[in-house]
Amino acid sequence: MQRDELNYLSIAEASDLLSRREISSVELTEAALRRVEECDGRLNAMLLLTSDLALLQARHADERLARGEFTPLCGIPMGLKDIFSTRSIPTTCGSRILESYVPQFNATAVDRLFDAGAVLIGKTNMDEFAMGSSTENSAFFPTRNPWDPERVPGGSSGGSAAAVASGEVVFAMGTDTGGSIRQPAALTGTVGLKPTYGRVSRYGLVAFGSSLDQPGPITRSVRDVAVVLGAIAGRDPRDSTSIDALVPDYVSGLTGDVRGLRLGVPNEYFAEGMSSEVRHALELAIGVYRDLGAALQPVSLPMTEHGLSTYYVISPAEAMANLARFDGVRYGLCERGADVWEMFSRTRETGFGSEVKRRILLGTYVLSAGYYDAYYVKAQRVRTLVRQDFEKVFETVDALITPTAPTPAFRLGEKVSDPLQMYLSDVYTVPASMAGVPAVSIPCGFAHDLPVGLQVIGPALGEQLVLRVAHAFEQSTDYHLARPPLREANTADVGSDS
Amino acid sequence: MTIDRSIVERITRLAYIGLSETEIDEMAGQLSTVLAHVSKLQQVDTDGVEPTGHAVPVRDVMRADVVAPSWSAAEVLANAPHREGDLFEVQAVLD
Amino acid sequence: MTGELVPVIGLEVHAQLLTQSKMFCGCSAAYANAAPNTHCCDLCSGMPGALPVINQRAVEMTLMTALALHCEVAQISKFDRKNYSYPDLPKGYQISQYEQPIGVQGWLDLGDEMLSTRCGIIRVHLEEDTGKTSHVSLDGSDVSLVDYNRCGIPLMEIVGAPDLKSPEAARDFFSTLRQILMYLGVCDGNLQEGSMRADLNVSLRKADREPGVKVEVKNLNSFRSVQRALEYEIERQREAVSAGHPLVQETRGWSEARDATIAQRTKEYADDYRYFPEPDLPLITFSADRVAEIRQSLPEMPAEKRSRLRREYGITAEAAHVLTADLALSDFFEAAALAASPATGMEVANWSHGDLLRLLHESQSEIASLPFSAADFGRLIALVSGARISNAAGKQVLEAMFETGEGPETIVERLNLSQMDDNEALTEIVKTVISENPGVVTDYRRGKAAALNVLLGKTIKASGGRANPSVVRSILENELGLPGPPSESPAG
Repeated sequence: MQRDELNYLSIAEASDLLSRREISSVELTEAALRRVEECDGRLNAMLLLTSDLALLQARHADERLARGEFTPLCGIPMGLKDIFSTRSIPTTCGSRILESYVPQFNATAVDRLFDAGAVLIGKTNMDEFAMGSSTENSAFFPTRNPWDPERVPGGSSGGSAAAVASGEVVFAMGTDTGGSIRQPAALTGTVGLKPTYGRVSRYGLVAFGSSLDQPGPITRSVRDVAVVLGAIAGRDPRDSTSIDALVPDYVSGLTGDVRGLRLGVPNEYFAEGMSSEVRHALELAIGVYRDLGAALQPVSLPMTEHGLSTYYVISPAEAMANLARFDGVRYGLCERGADVWEMFSRTRETGFGSEVKRRILLGTYVLSAGYYDAYYVKAQRVRTLVRQDFEKVFETVDALITPTAPTPAFRLGEKVSDPLQMYLSDVYTVPASMAGVPAVSIPCGFAHDLPVGLQVIGPALGEQLVLRVAHAFEQSTDYHLARPPLREANTADVGSDS
Repeated sequence: MTIDRSIVERITRLAYIGLSETEIDEMAGQLSTVLAHVSKLQQVDTDGVEPTGHAVPVRDVMRADVVAPSWSAAEVLANAPHREGDLFEVQAVLD
Repeated sequence: MTGELVPVIGLEVHAQLLTQSKMFCGCSAAYANAAPNTHCCDLCSGMPGALPVINQRAVEMTLMTALALHCEVAQISKFDRKNYSYPDLPKGYQISQYEQPIGVQGWLDLGDEMLSTRCGIIRVHLEEDTGKTSHVSLDGSDVSLVDYNRCGIPLMEIVGAPDLKSPEAARDFFSTLRQILMYLGVCDGNLQEGSMRADLNVSLRKADREPGVKVEVKNLNSFRSVQRALEYEIERQREAVSAGHPLVQETRGWSEARDATIAQRTKEYADDYRYFPEPDLPLITFSADRVAEIRQSLPEMPAEKRSRLRREYGITAEAAHVLTADLALSDFFEAAALAASPATGMEVANWSHGDLLRLLHESQSEIASLPFSAADFGRLIALVSGARISNAAGKQVLEAMFETGEGPETIVERLNLSQMDDNEALTEIVKTVISENPGVVTDYRRGKAAALNVLLGKTIKASGGRANPSVVRSILENELGLPGPPSESPAG
């Protein structure tokens, strides 16, 4: 098999080959590491490559497979957004303030993936503390979009999305607070799921917006998402907000059949601000569902426009508190001053980037004396209305079909100086975050050779249904099979050896 | 809502975020823009609407009062920028 | 002009709860003698990504306290983040309760039933303790050292209404509350080790006017310091008012060494805590059934116990007060009273708060570490009460019990202390005493009735303390007859 093929295997394909001992996990891992070497100099998807650990884990996986201990993720190369705490492996969260930090424990999701036999190739780049929609807010370097290196991969899980799109890993984990899995998945032509809030443990994720944060997979197919979700979902006694509900077999729910399903198309998601190419791709996608026998109907989510405002009150407020612990006392950067208070200020001045400072200050402002009711409590009440929008609409439809992002990937630097414009990239992903409901982004077309994402939103704990709807589309289209041109462009320079 | 320099200075002190003079002006402008957008919330009628703290109504999640092993001091202090023995060392706290 | 100024005092008391583990993690709460940073984990040392999980027992203890203080219990309670920065606060916020505390609007009765005053309780809530910062000089520069062992110990805050009018009342509030928490078994009440701390709010009010500027005095950890700090502060405020100096609303500390309250430097805006609901923790609900169940299971409170002891054992109010000051002592008393029957409750009470407490005090030990049981103690009192041994012998036996832990009967046997009431043997001793003390006998016969007691004492002494005084008295009267008519008092 050609190396290139090894890099673009789905989890099912790879695991099939592994279980039949046609390839080893070490081979798969070496192919992944070579792929990183080939393209990451250009992409910058990886913050840290964990080659030694990867090969060790791959050998262990091979031993397990040799003993006949088969699990669907055993021996599969993955990437982890650098927000997941990994024992003895630096976890920077894309920030200078944590550049030297080495966790003493694993996040629950990491433990579950390691237990399932997944192989860690590296920690992926991200917007600092997951605040951003382009991965340009990484303190270390921006990640580039494999489909066009002049463009962003989206964010904040841009490193994970770019690594998956470019074949550096089979899958990667991201986190989504207001769209940070789905929007980069849309911009890189990958599949990204934000599960129901509480479906996957948050334990060990460096916290951003605690009432919104949710880890989830980025993959190259819906089926792969189902496999990874099955490994990481479920109640965790360490996360009091994790839901105690049975974890279904997500793969077996992928019937390919959406006949008779009622799919809502919310009017408010097709309003101003959406690019015409995205609109066009979405219209075609809706046609695909109609052809598949789904019952499409227009619906209304009147609070949509307020979702973003609510988000930009609640998430900065929570972030303000979550980031207060970075003070130079216990870990990370410490810049000394005249006394401890100056030490705090200088450490945070040096350690945080401007977007993080902006959000902390925004959060401080909306919670400070005199503004709490006008901003924070008001936002919490509107959040109730946003949630009720979804509850109401799911009485009449089974799932919603929307665009994931208003435009395809934008150019690096295009929105950096205008925070509000950057925030508006999350306009379609934020409402589901506010409501805590599951949503997946899948590739649904191209606009000038750039991927466009379709978002399927379902009711709470409706991952099975959401994935079924996404999978049926994927089965009848081939957008998810398209590969970014990056490798060809790059290998032309170094000479092909495959 | 316009955020002026004095407000930025107050919240930077509250949040222990050092900013340069030019950053203070820049931040005041950016925060004003964002808050102007956010202020659209005021138009929404929320009379009688309960605030949502959590998206998922999980309640009464508690643990039994049972002791679990702690970390070793070595683990607790593994990342300490400055330490004195097994204590974290910081510059003098002058209240 | 300042004559009518009346103090307005309120207390906020922080009490560490007696749980096994910390408030939001499984680290052991027994940190007192632990090496630095050895009772910590990812959560209580503030590592990124750590999440809190509520200790159910701590919630239960707070609910018990709220009910014992007659509070209304919230149907839905929640935790909030209190945001402020300090090196001993590893998360940069303290998980506390702001908007929906577990209990509100209760009261605490001070004094005894006859003369009690009621102080309102504004709220009872649950939070976590902070770490400890110590200030030292290292290589010539001042640094602070931080230990997070205490961080996350469950801390209950009880906020009293500003209903108190004197330093004595404030002290009484603190000690009465301490007693209640100890009776509930939710706090060990150890003030020296900081298990309970009080913050004071004090202002002066002119009759029929709103209270003046409020001053807070932080972190008092003894009854005496509560009283002294208030006395000092009231005097300081009176003087300022009478001198026409304006008072400022401020936070002060108490310096034991200087016997004075001292203004603390406060940071600008430091009290803008930006509370908001803790997103990492779900709501807590209290059903009516659950509250009723806890209410049912509440142990007897000190005031109830005082009146019951008086009623059931016929002891004086003062005795009841002394006995109930310490739950262990009052329990010991009750168990002893049972074994002491038919001795009266008052006899047992006298022995308990007399000799027993004296011996405990002298040996600096506690009820719990006594080498003998309450039943042993009760039987000892029964022996004295039933005149099987003399009162003096009883004291001797108790001291021996302290030493050896043996039962009273064994000791009486071993030391040969049982009371003599054998008429013949005692008559022999009495005759000897009479013959050896002709002067006293003469006094008696000349009408000095009290001389009989001298002879009585001498007889008991001659018997080695064992003679039964009432038997001896009747033998003496028999031998000497009635005293003669009183004569003129002898000179000298």
